[in-house]
Amino acid sequence: MRRRTVLSAAGAALAILAFGGAASAQEAMKIGLILPMTGPFASTGRQIEAAAKLYMQQNGDTVAGKKIQLIVKDDTGVADVTKRLAQELIVNDKVGVIAGFGLTPLALAPAPLATQAKVPAVVMAAATATITEASPYIVRTSFTLPQATVPMANWASENGIKKVVTLVSDYGPGIDAEKAFSGAFSAKGGQVESLRVPLANPDFSPFLQKVADAKPDALFVFVPSGVGAQFMKQFVERGLDKSGIKLIGPGDVTDDDILNGMGDVALGAITTHHYSAAHDSPENKAFVEAFKKANNNMRPNFMALGGYDGMHVIYEGLKKSNGAGGEALINAMKGLSWTSPRGPVSIDPQTRDIIQNIYVRKVERVNGELYNVEFATIPSVKDPVKAAKSN
Amino acid sequence: MHADPTAETATPSSTADAVRRRLVRKGRWSVAEIAFWLVAAATLVFLPERHLILNEIAIIGLFALSLDLILGYAGIVSLGHAAFFGFGAYAAGILAKHGLADPLLGLAVASLATALLGFATSFLVLRGTDLTKLMVTLGVALLLGEIANQASWLTGGADGLQGISMGPVLGLFEFDIFGTTAYAYSLAVTFVLFVIARRIVVSPFGLSLRSIRDNPLRARAVGIPVNRRLVAVYTLAAAYAGVAGALLAQTTQFVSLDVLAFHRSADIMLVLVIGGAGYLYGGLLGAIGFKILQDILSAWTPQYWQFWIGLILVVLVLAGRERLTDRVKALWPRSRPSPDGKAQALPVTPAREV
Repeated sequence: MRRRTVLSAAGAALAILAFGGAASAQEAMKIGLILPMTGPFASTGRQIEAAAKLYMQQNGDTVAGKKIQLIVKDDTGVADVTKRLAQELIVNDKVGVIAGFGLTPLALAPAPLATQAKVPAVVMAAATATITEASPYIVRTSFTLPQATVPMANWASENGIKKVVTLVSDYGPGIDAEKAFSGAFSAKGGQVESLRVPLANPDFSPFLQKVADAKPDALFVFVPSGVGAQFMKQFVERGLDKSGIKLIGPGDVTDDDILNGMGDVALGAITTHHYSAAHDSPENKAFVEAFKKANNNMRPNFMALGGYDGMHVIYEGLKKSNGAGGEALINAMKGLSWTSPRGPVSIDPQTRDIIQNIYVRKVERVNGELYNVEFATIPSVKDPVKAAKSN
Repeated sequence: MHADPTAETATPSSTADAVRRRLVRKGRWSVAEIAFWLVAAATLVFLPERHLILNEIAIIGLFALSLDLILGYAGIVSLGHAAFFGFGAYAAGILAKHGLADPLLGLAVASLATALLGFATSFLVLRGTDLTKLMVTLGVALLLGEIANQASWLTGGADGLQGISMGPVLGLFEFDIFGTTAYAYSLAVTFVLFVIARRIVVSPFGLSLRSIRDNPLRARAVGIPVNRRLVAVYTLAAAYAGVAGALLAQTTQFVSLDVLAFHRSADIMLVLVIGGAGYLYGGLLGAIGFKILQDILSAWTPQYWQFWIGLILVVLVLAGRERLTDRVKALWPRSRPSPDGKAQALPVTPAREV
C-alpha cells in the first residue's frame, strides 16, 4: 500500500510538473536524449546528437517561455541501460521528454516507462513498425522499414522487374524487410526467392553465387548500414553488376554516412528511402550546409534528419501546448505537419507515426561525390503495417 | 615434510588443527565487512535518487562474484560467462511473460535451469589449456546467443522479450518507478548469495578449489577429486550468474539479445580486474568502481568515456592492483598483518619451493 502512495505521489508530482507550466513560466523543459554514443552503433548517436544540437542552435533554446535543456546519455546500444537511463532521467532529472533510441529494442525497453510516467518519447531512429504501438506516448520522426520497402516492391513491378531474389541479414529488421517486400511484390504478381545471411561477420559470396545461378531481374538487399560497403564490394567482385541484375533495396544499404566511402561499386544501385542528402529543396540545402559547417564537413544521413525533425516536433508541440508537458504535449504533437528537409511530412494523429514522401533514388556521382539522386516520388506514405491493421 | 624430524609424528594432527583454526578464523566477519554491508543497506535510505544505478551495481556485483568463484578460486578462465547470465535472464523473463509473475519463484527456476546448463557445459571446460577454455566458453555463449536470435517465437528475437510484468516481491512490495523495491530486492538476494559463497570458500571445499587453482597436478596427487570439484563449482557459479541475469530481467522487465552478447562477458572480466580476483569482495568493489566511473565519465563525455575507462584499466594493470591496494592499506596501520597473525598462519611446507 505504501508503495502505491509513493507512486501516486510521484504521479501527482509529475502532473504538477507537467501542467504547472503556466505558474512557473521560467521553468526549464529538459529533454533526455538517450543514444548509442559508443559501440557498433555510435555513428547513429553522433549523427542524431549533432542534428539535435544544430536545431537548438538555429531555433534558440526558449520555447513557449520554457528554457530547453538537452541532456545527452550514452546507452552503449544495450537495452537495459537505455531503460535505466530513461528511468533516471524521468525520476531524478525530471525530464519532460525522452528522445533518441537508436535501435528497436532500445526503443521498446523504456516504452512502459513513458506510459507510466506520462512522458512523451520521441523515437528518432528505430524503424520497426510496431514501436509506436508499445506506448500511447511514443511519437516517431524517423521512418518504418515497411514504409520504405513496400514502395520499392511497387516500383519494381511497375518497371518491368518480374523475378527478384531477396537477400537480408537474419535478424528482426531484415526479416521485416523481406516479408514486406515479398508480400507486396507477390501481390503484384512478381516472383520472389528469399535468402538470409547471418548477421555477424557475413560472407556474402556463397549467397551471391546462388543469386547468380537464379538469374533474377533484380536483387533486393537489406543489411544493417555498416555492412553495406562490404556487400557492395563482394557484389562487384562476383561480377553481378555486369550480369544485368539490378540492385534494389531500402536506403539503409546506401546510407549517406558511408556511401561516399564505398566507391564506384555502389554506382547504379536503386533504393527507396525517405531522405537523401541530395534532396533538391531549399530547406535541405540549408540543412546540409549548416550541418556540414557545424560538424567538420560530416554529411548528414537519415539518422541526423530523424534527430532534427524530432527536435522540431518537440519545439512545435511545446508551442501548441503553451509549454505544458505530459498528455497535453503528446496531444499537441499529434497531427503536426511541416516542411522538413526531406520534404512535406506530418505526424499521423492515430498512430503517432510519421507520414512522408518516399523517394526512388539511384546512386550517381555528383560534383565528385557519390549521392543517392532522387528520380521519382511516392507522396504521403503511411506505415503499411499499421495501415493494413486499421483497415 | 618438516625439516625437524622430531616434529614428524605430530605433523598430521597439528596441521589439521592449524587448518581448522585458520578456516574458522577466516570465517569470522571482520568489522570492515560488516561496515561494507551496513553502508550498502544504508544507501536504501540515504541515496533515494541513485537506486536505479545501485540496483545495476548489485546485479553486476553478483555476476562478477559468480565469475570470481570459477576464475579467482578455481582458476577456470571464461570469456563466455554471459551465457549463464543471459540464460537466467531469459528463463525468468519467459516465465514471467507466461503468467508466473512471482519474482522469487522466477529466481528459483532461473537458478535451477542455469545450474543444469552449467553442469552440462562444465565437462567442456575440464579439458585443455586456458586458451581452449576461453574458446569453449566463448563458443557456448555465441551458440546460445544465436539460438535466442533464431527462436524469436520464444525470446522475441532481435526486438527483445516484451510484455514482462512482475508481481510484487513476497506478495507485498510492488516494483516502483524509483527502483527502490528493485534495489532492495537485488541487494537482499546478492547479500544472501554472498553469505553462502563466503561460507563455501572458507570451507575445506573452498580450500581444495584453491589448491586446484594453484597446482592441479599436485591437487590430484594428494587425493582431491579435481574434476568433480571443478564440475561442482562451475555448476554453482552458473547458478549464481543465472540469478544475476534473472534479477536484471525482473527489475528492468525487459530482456534483449545483448544479455548473451560477448561484451557482457568481457565487461564482467573487466569488473573483476578492477576489483581484483580471488577474494569475494573483488567482484562487488569492481562493480561499484566500474559503474560509478562509467556513470561519471559518460555524463561528462558521452562520446569518449571509454577512452578514460581504458586508460584507467591500463594504469591498473601496469601498476598492479595489489600494489595500489597495498599502498592504501599501508596508510592504515591496523590492517597490517600483526605478528600474532603471522604466527597462526598455516605452516608453509618446504615442498612449495621445490
